[in-house]
Amino acid sequence: MKLTGKCHKFGNDVNTDYIISGRHKFKTLDMKELAKYVMEDLDPDFYSKVNAGDFIVAGTNFGCGSSREQAPLAIINANIGAVVAKSFARIFYRNCINTGLPLIECDTDQINAGDELEINLDEGTLFNKTTGKVISIAPLPPVMLKILTEGGLVEHFKKHGTFNFD
Amino acid sequence: MGKTIAEKILSNKSGQDVKANDIVIADLDFVMGQDGTSPLAIKAFENMQAKRVFDPERIAMVIDHSSPSPLQGVSELHRQMRVFAQQQKINFYDIGDGVCHQLVPEQGHVVPGDLVIGADSHTCTYGAINALSTGVGSTDLAAGIISGKLWFKVPETFKFIINGKLGEGVFSKDLILYLIGDVTADGATYMAAEYTGEAINDLSVEARFTISNMAIEMGAKCGLMEADDKTIAWVREHSKKDFTPVSADTDAVYAKIKEYDVSSLEPQIAQPHTVDNVTGISKIGDVPIHQGVIGTCTNGRMEDLRIAARILKGRRINKDTRLIVAASSRQIMLQAMREGLMEIFMEAGAAIVTPGCGPCVGTHNGVPSDGENVISTANRNFKGRMGNNKAFIYLGSPATVAASVLTGQITDPRQFLV
Repeated sequence: MKLTGKCHKFGNDVNTDYIISGRHKFKTLDMKELAKYVMEDLDPDFYSKVNAGDFIVAGTNFGCGSSREQAPLAIINANIGAVVAKSFARIFYRNCINTGLPLIECDTDQINAGDELEINLDEGTLFNKTTGKVISIAPLPPVMLKILTEGGLVEHFKKHGTFNFD
Repeated sequence: MGKTIAEKILSNKSGQDVKANDIVIADLDFVMGQDGTSPLAIKAFENMQAKRVFDPERIAMVIDHSSPSPLQGVSELHRQMRVFAQQQKINFYDIGDGVCHQLVPEQGHVVPGDLVIGADSHTCTYGAINALSTGVGSTDLAAGIISGKLWFKVPETFKFIINGKLGEGVFSKDLILYLIGDVTADGATYMAAEYTGEAINDLSVEARFTISNMAIEMGAKCGLMEADDKTIAWVREHSKKDFTPVSADTDAVYAKIKEYDVSSLEPQIAQPHTVDNVTGISKIGDVPIHQGVIGTCTNGRMEDLRIAARILKGRRINKDTRLIVAASSRQIMLQAMREGLMEIFMEAGAAIVTPGCGPCVGTHNGVPSDGENVISTANRNFKGRMGNNKAFIYLGSPATVAASVLTGQITDPRQFLV
């Protein structure tokens, strides 16, 4: 699985209220509508700046805060290809795997806003085309990789009817 | 090799001898969803082509986040929950019943040794009664209500040993804010927190819920405590279920251990816009307060309302300050009415709202205006959390909030408790 796009850079501790505010998320299940408000409190123009496949790149503890699955779903529906961060909060991490949003854990200090990136999930590498640097990325444990490659937990249950990692 | 509480509960529930970092599929004792997360879970349930839940008795859905509905769109989502609950015959708590994290233990759904998931990040609250309970998202919730199982990575454990005795006017809220300020918002990420020591033993079960509730604010998966006589008495009073408490082995292996003495701890305040931006109240300076909030899953229980009422009794709040009070459940509100606490709040100038999450999570019931300062007993002060990203939220104990709305600025409650 190969992903390419431009970096949109954020700092540490980007919480789920910043990703999609509570004042929007309780109103609707229309994720295309919610996607317009992604990252609104950190960058009001974020949604209009994204080209399909671009990456959110951040520091530590990305996705901390509430358990709202609207956070990864709104990111997916804003056409973000993957989230790259130094570390993730655990509920957000699970929600991304379950909804099929690729997560990349690596040293993001070597990535700047606007850099063009190429991510190869099979090889476990991130190539920064702007700086020419290759950054290694942490591999996903097999259980999570299986759910993600089957297209998320809904698809996993549709296929197996329950959890199946044999 | 000995085991932590988390390792023991996940071993019991998976039927395997597991240790930290193993990945297991484990049986769930209880599964909970609220109105911000259940509608998406119902959609996932349908998309997974499921027909029945695994066990209606072990599932609850709660309408608390926007309760009663402030908007037409929300009303439709609530309707979907009511229909689902009726079809599947699960436990259902409608508007006015209370906040999910009060209802689940109060209604006896959870007992020591249980493994619980809830589609709400503060599900870690029940760790105070020795249950491994943790927050998940809507798709995990759907998988849980279909199969009665979920996959877990067995967490490493961060042990907090809390020695000493909390002083007068200093509460479990101050203690947990202090710990979060010390280890920061990701200090325990992916880990189980275990809270132990003299200061924890001294706390009532109600006060312990406040600590476990905020384990997520240091990134933890759960905030566990051992069950002592107080826990067992509290659980027996609320639940008919049998249980076996789980304690850590003396030779359990911990990823981290930190020891504190809290005897000289002063009231603590989390300043905008992160929960780990904590300072002692003596260093806060002059902070005018426009609105106070007493309630939420963190601090809306009887003890919280009693201490706030003790400070507010016979006094009026500052003329430039508002106060919103929301008990954590219908039962608590009823008890507070019987004790005359609601009368004290109303005579002091408070607005009483429905038991629920609205003022904390910004859906309704007290959205601040631009530039306003709010002091709240809630667990989060993120920018925009209360529905306005140009407001500033401070967090403190119910006593600190009560003292602050009287003077109109952040105030040490101890001067009102002599």
